[in-house]
Amino acid sequence: MSAKPLPRITAETRPYWEACAAGELRYQWCPACRQPQFYPRVACARCGGRALDWRRSAGRGVVHAVTVVHRAPSAAFKADVPYAIALVDLDEGFRMLANVVGTAPETVRIGDRVRLVFEPRGEVALPQFTPAARA
Amino acid sequence: MRRARLTGVAATAFGALPGSSALGLHAEAAHAALADAGLGPRDVDGLLCAYSLVEPHMMLSSVVAEYLGVRPAYTTALQLGGATGCAAVMHAAMLIEAGRCRHVLVVMGDNRLTGMSRDDTVALLSAVGHAQFEVPYGPTIPALYALVANRYMHEHGATPEHLAHIAVTMRRHAGLHPGAHMRAPVSVADVLASRLIAAPLHLLDCCLVSDGACAVVVSAADAARDTRPPGVALIGSGQGHTHEHLSQAPSLTDFGCHDAAGRALGEAGVRPADVDVAEIYDSFTITLLVELESMGFFERGAAGPAAAAGALALGGSLPTNTHGGLLSFGHSGAAGGLAHVVEGVRQLRGEGGPRQVPEARLAFVHGDGGILSAHCSLVLART
Repeated sequence: MSAKPLPRITAETRPYWEACAAGELRYQWCPACRQPQFYPRVACARCGGRALDWRRSAGRGVVHAVTVVHRAPSAAFKADVPYAIALVDLDEGFRMLANVVGTAPETVRIGDRVRLVFEPRGEVALPQFTPAARA
Repeated sequence: MRRARLTGVAATAFGALPGSSALGLHAEAAHAALADAGLGPRDVDGLLCAYSLVEPHMMLSSVVAEYLGVRPAYTTALQLGGATGCAAVMHAAMLIEAGRCRHVLVVMGDNRLTGMSRDDTVALLSAVGHAQFEVPYGPTIPALYALVANRYMHEHGATPEHLAHIAVTMRRHAGLHPGAHMRAPVSVADVLASRLIAAPLHLLDCCLVSDGACAVVVSAADAARDTRPPGVALIGSGQGHTHEHLSQAPSLTDFGCHDAAGRALGEAGVRPADVDVAEIYDSFTITLLVELESMGFFERGAAGPAAAAGALALGGSLPTNTHGGLLSFGHSGAAGGLAHVVEGVRQLRGEGGPRQVPEARLAFVHGDGGILSAHCSLVLART
């Protein structure tokens, strides 16, 4: 069975993946636009500015949309079906695609609060989300 | 403006075509479209192609020119996924309006059903996701469209039944087309009982994987006088682009099709209500539903109930995908999007046979590529 895909890390994404390996979710911040940027790029996609900062996310967000995958894209994911994929809006104002793990996938709903967890995969730590404990 | 004419169209049969090759399919469609126009390969001075998954080549349009024995004054290959067919017709019209070409051949085809395994096709297409920030999470194309469906249903109250009615209507239309991939009728219950691919999308909410090819000849207005069938003019075209990867989309219910359709309809000087027949990209049932509303053919939340009431069927207020669309006529990559153009031309010529929309004078055609990412709209009129 083939392995699940790993990111091919490049210069502009290395700080992100290195932070993940250290247990932190980081995102780019454009001081000129005062806006977050995700995914990492060499320049701000709004103003073209290259002086981007890195900030640490608290790793809390809300589900914007969710699906449960029953037909895997490749052999590597076949053992995992059914699994949940969601678009998660982080509290810092950026959106990520990730799996929602640690719960029955069909129970995940739009509006659910989720928190960051890391999945070890090969050389990297892959950011994932799990339902946040209810307050 | 020197408005371009669509003077020849052809589609091979779509479905399983054992032994076919991508280039051979290109040639079959090309020769048929040229014959339809009353032209020969030597008349072609522009050639536009797309891409093939089965026979990929970094210079596909040069390879196709060589295979056909065409020596064009201008050629290139375009890559906009499902929008490529419409975008190539728009590109051909610009070449003609610029005076560069008189007869541009647009041809696309692939044999991704019999030329590769279904697992390989699904895996290759899944690479449309972002390699670092999407693909590691295991999304398929249906899963990404399912995210759109989930959000759309949440915001507008649509139901799986609404989506199923679209699949049922497309299949009914395909049953009236002898070249369609899937022609046996299906019911709403059949769609809902088909296996889940990515919730809420069932197997029958998803387009087919087919072998097939399509071609369109776009001619200058003066050159079109020498061609055979009654003319169809391109009177408006436009594109719209907001993202490639779904996680970067500014909205999950409003897409680049809004701008593409606005530009095309505006250039043509017509409104959605003026359209007699629509041929709109339907990679999934949700694709058609969300595009119809984003482009202004229906109010927000109204397209689902309208589809259930028969609005998109022959005899309805907006007969849509009269050939059966990607859901049932078939989908062979860029050629699947070009099939919508072919059908729009046939409807305007009155050649639809049992699926003809009476008195069709104005057709709207739309293609989308990626995950509702790249959009191109065309407005065609009988001349």
